Amino acid sequence: MSSNNESVQKTITVALVLCLVCAVVVSSAAVILRPAQAVNEKANMQMNILQAAGLYDPQQSIQDQFQIVTTRLVNLETGEFVEGMDAERYNQRKASKDPSMNRVLSGEEDIASIKRQAKIAKIYLIENGDQIEKIILPIHGYGLWSTLYGFMALEGDGNTVAGLGFYEHAETPGLGGEVDNPNWKAQWTGKQVYNGDAVALRLVKGGADRSDSYGVDALSGATLTSRGVDNLLKFWMSDAGFKPFLDNLKQGRI
Amino acid sequence: MAKTKELLFDPVVNNNPIALQVLGICSALAVTSSMSVAFVMSLAVIAVTAFSSMFVALIRSQIPSSIRIIVQMTIIASLVIVVDQILKAFAYEISKQLSVFVGLIITNCIVMGRAEAFAMKNGPVDSFIDGIGNGLGYGAILMVVGFIRELFGSGSVFGIEVLSKVTEGGWYYTNGLMLLPPSAFFIIGFLIWGIRAWKTAQVEADEFKIAPNSKMKEA
Repeated sequence: MSSNNESVQKTITVALVLCLVCAVVVSSAAVILRPAQAVNEKANMQMNILQAAGLYDPQQSIQDQFQIVTTRLVNLETGEFVEGMDAERYNQRKASKDPSMNRVLSGEEDIASIKRQAKIAKIYLIENGDQIEKIILPIHGYGLWSTLYGFMALEGDGNTVAGLGFYEHAETPGLGGEVDNPNWKAQWTGKQVYNGDAVALRLVKGGADRSDSYGVDALSGATLTSRGVDNLLKFWMSDAGFKPFLDNLKQGRI
Repeated sequence: MAKTKELLFDPVVNNNPIALQVLGICSALAVTSSMSVAFVMSLAVIAVTAFSSMFVALIRSQIPSSIRIIVQMTIIASLVIVVDQILKAFAYEISKQLSVFVGLIITNCIVMGRAEAFAMKNGPVDSFIDGIGNGLGYGAILMVVGFIRELFGSGSVFGIEVLSKVTEGGWYYTNGLMLLPPSAFFIIGFLIWGIRAWKTAQVEADEFKIAPNSKMKEA
């Protein structure tokens, strides 16, 4: 290496040129690949929604299958649909961090440990004529290591579970990570959420009785994840969550 | 030609970056619970090591030695971001599973080590091949560890079921430890033992001698 390389001028020049070249490479990669990534992300979300509803067929294109799904926005407090906002564009997760669009939860209310909740939720409906066949609700809450994000699909009666699935979590593989196990997820189908007015759906440690229409097996070796799932269900199905909306729906008010 | 072959295959067994140099252990623990993820991670590391070595070698005569590490780092980081973006665009499922570990290739000592130890002294072509070779060495260990962990942890190979699991009505009780990172420590340890038993030249000299009076004796 020549001693010329060690001058201050040379050092700064090399650093500047290198940074410039790298910046151009990185930003052009990001810009060029952005559309392909956005398509992937959208398809992934749509797949999760279809999977939760138990309608996903890997043989067919996700876009075609998603045609039957309508995206709607719901005001959680009043339980009514929000009109005049672009439902496709609305990002519930972003809204939950925006002080003008969220609600800070008090300690006792916040059983799912999410701290802030968006006032408006993005839900998905599968309709058949005038009849609502399935309602897919976004749910999330804290497990053991991570926040679990998922969808809960209900039948048109707003009480029977059609399916449940988590699309993002970082629970222990093989233990809490078993929330992804298809056999466990299959247990949810056909369970009832409400018994009268109270949320009766729950996870049962040691295994739920098969005839119990409100109980699902807790995950073995994953007490805290199970508790988290139980809490987040209770939260999202309660008055703080989707209950006002589901009540409206059952009584035909919307 | 002989040199190319040596550069390419020497790091796979004789001078393996994980087994002999014991570098890059962190990501080897994290991404080996399933083989398809380990495979993509290996490809990503091969690409990054090869190209970063090549670019470092290309500009090696211009790099002031006072900022050489940061220059190498910038090149590596840029390449890693590009690889990450490509994965997100074309292999979305796998990029989700690799999550932060693609980003952490930046801190993988193998990449940095090759740039500093080899690319700073050799031409771009040799450096490129050396990068591929070391990436292959890393990948080889990853695939072996991934095979063992996925087979015994999930009863499958590349996601295809080999041993039918009890949870799905079969006979095989999955070994939960295999799915957790510590198991990779044991497996890599056994691999190093195995390789050193086979290639005795790799055995390191003791750092200190055990004093004679602390040795076991017949009573």
